[in-house]
Amino acid sequence: MATNTESVSATDYILHHLTHLQVGEGFWTFHIDTLAVSFILGAIFCGVFYMGARRATAGVPGGLQNFVESMVDFVSNLTKETYGGKSKLIAPLALTLFVWIFLMNLMDLVPIDLAPNTMAAMGVGYFKILPTVNLNTTFALSISILLLTFAFGVMNQGGGHYVKHMFTHPFGPWLAPFNFVLFIVESFARTISLSLRLFGNMYAAELIFILIAIFTLGHAISDIASLSVIPMFLTQIVLAFAWAVFHILVIPLQAFIFMMLSIVYLSMTLPEEDH
Amino acid sequence: MDINATLFGQMIAFALFVWFTMKFVWPPISEAMRDRQQKIADGLAAAERGQQDLDLAQERASEILREARQQAAEIMEKANKRGNELVEEAKTAAREEGERQIAAAQAKIEQELNEAKAELREQLVTLAITGATKVLEREISAEAHNDMLNELAKQL
Repeated sequence: MATNTESVSATDYILHHLTHLQVGEGFWTFHIDTLAVSFILGAIFCGVFYMGARRATAGVPGGLQNFVESMVDFVSNLTKETYGGKSKLIAPLALTLFVWIFLMNLMDLVPIDLAPNTMAAMGVGYFKILPTVNLNTTFALSISILLLTFAFGVMNQGGGHYVKHMFTHPFGPWLAPFNFVLFIVESFARTISLSLRLFGNMYAAELIFILIAIFTLGHAISDIASLSVIPMFLTQIVLAFAWAVFHILVIPLQAFIFMMLSIVYLSMTLPEEDH
Repeated sequence: MDINATLFGQMIAFALFVWFTMKFVWPPISEAMRDRQQKIADGLAAAERGQQDLDLAQERASEILREARQQAAEIMEKANKRGNELVEEAKTAAREEGERQIAAAQAKIEQELNEAKAELREQLVTLAITGATKVLEREISAEAHNDMLNELAKQL
């Protein structure tokens, strides 16, 4: 709930929540909040999993090792089923994607005003804590996957065959330019859909949290004494709770979809069986 | 909402995390899991082997038991047979002894009878001679008639 006692317009409130903490000009702008939060979350992921892996024994596993193992097993089975070939990279890649995106999405459940107001109290004007509501993050992931599909294609099929495949499929060598255009469009569509799916879902959810928070905009927590505000507080609490419960489903689902599609895209670079 | 250099930052971070996971997280965990699988497989195999050994040992034990029972039965049978034989032998010996004793007694009886008969015969001869002497009133030479008288005594 908004704790700013001075009157703020709803538009300003929303815009404030959607603005990044940034340095730099033009293209060379860095979103410090996104970079910092995502890096910290990634470091937490690496740290926890490393702690679980470091003391991994073949004997009876402890709690942390159990957790790490179940995650590894889950991802390992998925990649084995989906990706037919052998690769040392794909399973750790999938694990990283899933857990990292999950943790970043999880920041959506941080109370909507907590991060901006805390940072404001520390003298920082803006702070958007959710890294996946930033096209830079989602595109960074999907472009990385795109580059990896190229690399996997070359590795799995050989460079010449991969380029030939680009020009001769799906319509045969006589339509080579059209095939190539199709390949380009396909690559773009995949990359953009992959990143926008995640972005869109999280953006919409975040926006709805912000809209729910507008109910009590301009009221301090101390205003709860006045009877006219109580229904609005209750409405906000109920709505925010319901949306958060629903969102608990969306958070892992989006992470899972991103991981799954990445594996599928990479598996499509495997050489096809000769007919 | 604009794309900017943050993209590169995120890509680098992503690459870093993937590398870290691939290098330091995945191998020890999957190795531990593989080792555990191996251990469990070994354990199950050992358990099965133990079960087999147990079955084998039980089979052998029951076989030994059966043999022992059979042997015991044989020994008992032999002993019974031997006992019966002994009893039979003893019976036979007893019967023979009895028969022998009876035979000896009979022989003795017969001997005594014969002796008595001989004595009687002699006494009869003497009596006859005495009678004849008295009847004939004349002396009969014992030497001259002894043969004749002995012949007579044998016929009695």
